[in-house]
Amino acid sequence: MPAPYFDYTALLPELILTGAIVVVLVADLLFEEREKYQTSTLAGLGCLGALVPVLYLAGNGHDRAMFGGAYVVDNYALVMKALFLVAGYITVLLSANYIEEGDYYQGEYYVLLLTALLGMTVMASARDLLTIFVALETLSIPTYLLAGWRKHDAKSNESSLKYYLMGVLSSAVMLYGMSIVYGLAGDTRLVEIARYVSTGAGGHLFDVAIFFTLVGFAFKVSAVPFHFWAPDSYEGAPTPVTAFLSVASKTGGFVALLTLVYVGFFGRGDAWQPILWVLAAASMTVGNLIALRQTNLVRMLAYSSIAQGGFMLVPFAVANQGDGSARPGAFSATIVYLLIYAVMNLGAFAVLIAVARKTRSAEIDSYAGLFNYAPALAVTMSLFLFSLAGIPPLGGWYAKLVVFKAVIDAGTRQAVVLGVVAAVNSVIALFYYARVGGMMWFRPAPADGGGSAPVPVALGAAIALPSVLILAIGIYPNLFARLGELATKGL
Amino acid sequence: MDWFDSWALSLAAFIPIVGMAAVLAIPKAKEELIKQVALVTTAVTLAVGVIILFRFDYDAADKLQFSVNKSWIDVISSRYHMGLDGISLPLLILTMGITLLCVVYSWDHFPEPHNPKAFLALLLVLETGMIGTFLAEDLILFFIFFELVLLPMYFMIGVWGGPNRDYASIKFFLFTLFGSALMLLSFLALFFKSDPHTFDIVTLSQLHGAGITHGTQLLIFGGLFLGFAIKVPMFPFHTWLPDAHTEAPTVGSVILAAVLLKLGTYGFIRIALPVLPEAARSWAPYIGLLAVIGIIYGALGCLAQRDMKRLIAFSSVAHMGFVMLGISTLTSFGINAAIFGMVAHGLITGMLFFLAGSVQERFGTRELKRLGGLLLQAPHLGWILGFCSMASLGLPGLAGFWGEFPAVLSSYQPAEGLNVALFRGFMVTAAIGTVLAAGYLLWMLQRVAMGKIPEEWENAHIHDVHVPEWIAWVPLLVLILGLGVFPGAIFHVTDDAVQHVSKVFGAGG
Repeated sequence: MPAPYFDYTALLPELILTGAIVVVLVADLLFEEREKYQTSTLAGLGCLGALVPVLYLAGNGHDRAMFGGAYVVDNYALVMKALFLVAGYITVLLSANYIEEGDYYQGEYYVLLLTALLGMTVMASARDLLTIFVALETLSIPTYLLAGWRKHDAKSNESSLKYYLMGVLSSAVMLYGMSIVYGLAGDTRLVEIARYVSTGAGGHLFDVAIFFTLVGFAFKVSAVPFHFWAPDSYEGAPTPVTAFLSVASKTGGFVALLTLVYVGFFGRGDAWQPILWVLAAASMTVGNLIALRQTNLVRMLAYSSIAQGGFMLVPFAVANQGDGSARPGAFSATIVYLLIYAVMNLGAFAVLIAVARKTRSAEIDSYAGLFNYAPALAVTMSLFLFSLAGIPPLGGWYAKLVVFKAVIDAGTRQAVVLGVVAAVNSVIALFYYARVGGMMWFRPAPADGGGSAPVPVALGAAIALPSVLILAIGIYPNLFARLGELATKGL
Repeated sequence: MDWFDSWALSLAAFIPIVGMAAVLAIPKAKEELIKQVALVTTAVTLAVGVIILFRFDYDAADKLQFSVNKSWIDVISSRYHMGLDGISLPLLILTMGITLLCVVYSWDHFPEPHNPKAFLALLLVLETGMIGTFLAEDLILFFIFFELVLLPMYFMIGVWGGPNRDYASIKFFLFTLFGSALMLLSFLALFFKSDPHTFDIVTLSQLHGAGITHGTQLLIFGGLFLGFAIKVPMFPFHTWLPDAHTEAPTVGSVILAAVLLKLGTYGFIRIALPVLPEAARSWAPYIGLLAVIGIIYGALGCLAQRDMKRLIAFSSVAHMGFVMLGISTLTSFGINAAIFGMVAHGLITGMLFFLAGSVQERFGTRELKRLGGLLLQAPHLGWILGFCSMASLGLPGLAGFWGEFPAVLSSYQPAEGLNVALFRGFMVTAAIGTVLAAGYLLWMLQRVAMGKIPEEWENAHIHDVHVPEWIAWVPLLVLILGLGVFPGAIFHVTDDAVQHVSKVFGAGG
């Protein structure tokens, strides 16, 4: 048997990340205690360094496949890798002051963060059940540890433990489903599974296999009714980690779902579409309704991200209708949504961290009068929240639009009903986003006048970059829409 | 001037945004400079409008002029397509004029908590949204501009509004968003059901819904109807309006009444009717019914009010009922009346809200029970109030008449295929509504302007009309009188374009 073929150019992003992990680990040993903050710089450079070959490969054009099609670097993979790396970079910016000032282990923190990123970049290329599983564990295990980083805080411990137990449970369920798929199809590669699906064999056992596999990922993307861990974990984890979990880790789960459903199981729409329909409708509705009752902004964002996840599931639920013409539209809708969601959610968390530096609180009440003493923070927070609500001209409207477009394109009754559910939900969502907006703008400042709220440079960049992007996307959505279209080409 | 023709509409829509950026860049402390920049911005915008007025080809008012059609979001085949015809022109100029006058009016009295920088920045964003909506010829572009007004208005009510502003602002926001979410679904359905797939309003208006089954048309029209009817607002979706108006600062109320409500009625004329004429014919009786219910309900609501602003808000519901009645006849006569009614209502009700604001500022209350004798204390203010009340109740010779009377008359002979007896019933009911309108407006005038000065204010020094108020009001008063005497000024502009819309509905009117 010949040695497997390695395309090192295609693997360059992962190799650079691995290199960065090693460098940060060693540097952490060599640096003096007061120099350790520099590990964040190294981690940031690692993310940006890995982005360079991603851009090169995207410009280069042709798809590269390895290991018999188990590992593919195509436009879809590259778009998602770029998203992960940028999200990772912004997370590093968010973490820099937080981790340094909080007296936490710094080097280890960034090593784990980069390792999770490595898992995500691998996930984007994985086209094989085993590779998907390995990638998923690589991205999950570091985040279990990161969630418990504030180890003297009981809530952080609870966060970590809950997240860990749920994660392991979901992995087990998913693995069980995958094993049945392998047993029936006789191959772990998704292309071969798709071939098996097209023969129509498998019967109900295959339905069961699909069900278990999807439920496993439903845990990962915290879709209702598998969402219970998310709010507690989000609240207890250090806030930059929460941002990372709610954006990058969630996207990791969605990438796996996209690959599995569109590449592997697509032909069996009858088996997976109803499941995803229910998950989508339930996530949007339950997530939004519970978000209405939250008094803590982190928990509110946790529930809002559950609801946003529901919106991303909507295109899945309508992808396989009629003549299959809805497929590319649905695929790119979820991708575009993921991209825009990442920008606005990271931005919201960045402002949240900046405000918490001053108020030491994430309670919604503590935002009273923010507009009076820190207008820039209030304005940017409003940008992100109203973008999450989908109000033009902020980027979020386009994400909502492509989802609705996928729904109407499918045009079946189930699809239209789901569209109306989504429309009603976007109105409910506005209510809680606007409540925070109202708190910042309409209430008087606290008695002491609030004082000023200085923002460190790194954090300022983590706020400014998403702000600019969210306006740019909103006014000229072609920017991100093209990425979505590009990613769909290989489908 | 070729460059002007191709840039005019983009300039009109985006000069305010440039002004907003400039306002944001100026430090908060330099209030005078901020106000000057806002004034110059709105003035330049109006100047663009005036040049458009002169360069507009009135013999081809049914054609889109100054068109721009550039690529925008290729991926969903939505284009940056703007155009101007006889229907949009009066509304465009109205918007530009009202915004300028609002800046002038606010000059010395920004409502609490002051902050002219934020206030004017929001006002300029609003202007872009409103102007853009009247110019957009692409459904997605229309949607963006239509929604663009939400955020600034939300903040305007919420930050500078009255005691109950939290409730009023979020109610306004939620109601409108609910309508526009379903409207967006309808836009997308139109896109996929039309052949070729397009968001272009011009193309869709030529297709007249060809190839879409009647049932689907009815559903799509239903989504459009909800989106626009909530904005108008028509009974029973009007409940956000009295709250929003009552709590909003004066300028917010003026903009809301003068322009924002017109976005809904304009949507009917520009999009719903021409794109889905079949469905429009089926829906018309229901629209007419809700319109006359609105007329009567609004009038009765007025009679029950104790707050001057709330009364004017309910009168808006009634007036917009007349506009919608005109539209529901689907005749050129009715739609012309509707557009005139939109402009007239914009001028008159805008003016009434200015007056209510000034009364509130002088007396610290708008409660009708506590007011009185304005004519004795501030005769100019009192006479202007009288003049506007007369205009609002539809006195011939003033602008209000030409919106109301033809709308009522047009329902005598609705378009082909509509139930004539039903519409004549509407006509009679609407005519009763005009009597009620006279009732509540005269009642308000009596309570506020006539009679003796209440003890409470006997020794109070009440300033008569200020200079900025004169500057802001005189143009409106002149127009109210001018359009009342020469209604042709508007009918001449709109008629060709309206004929273009209504010809698909056949003879009648």
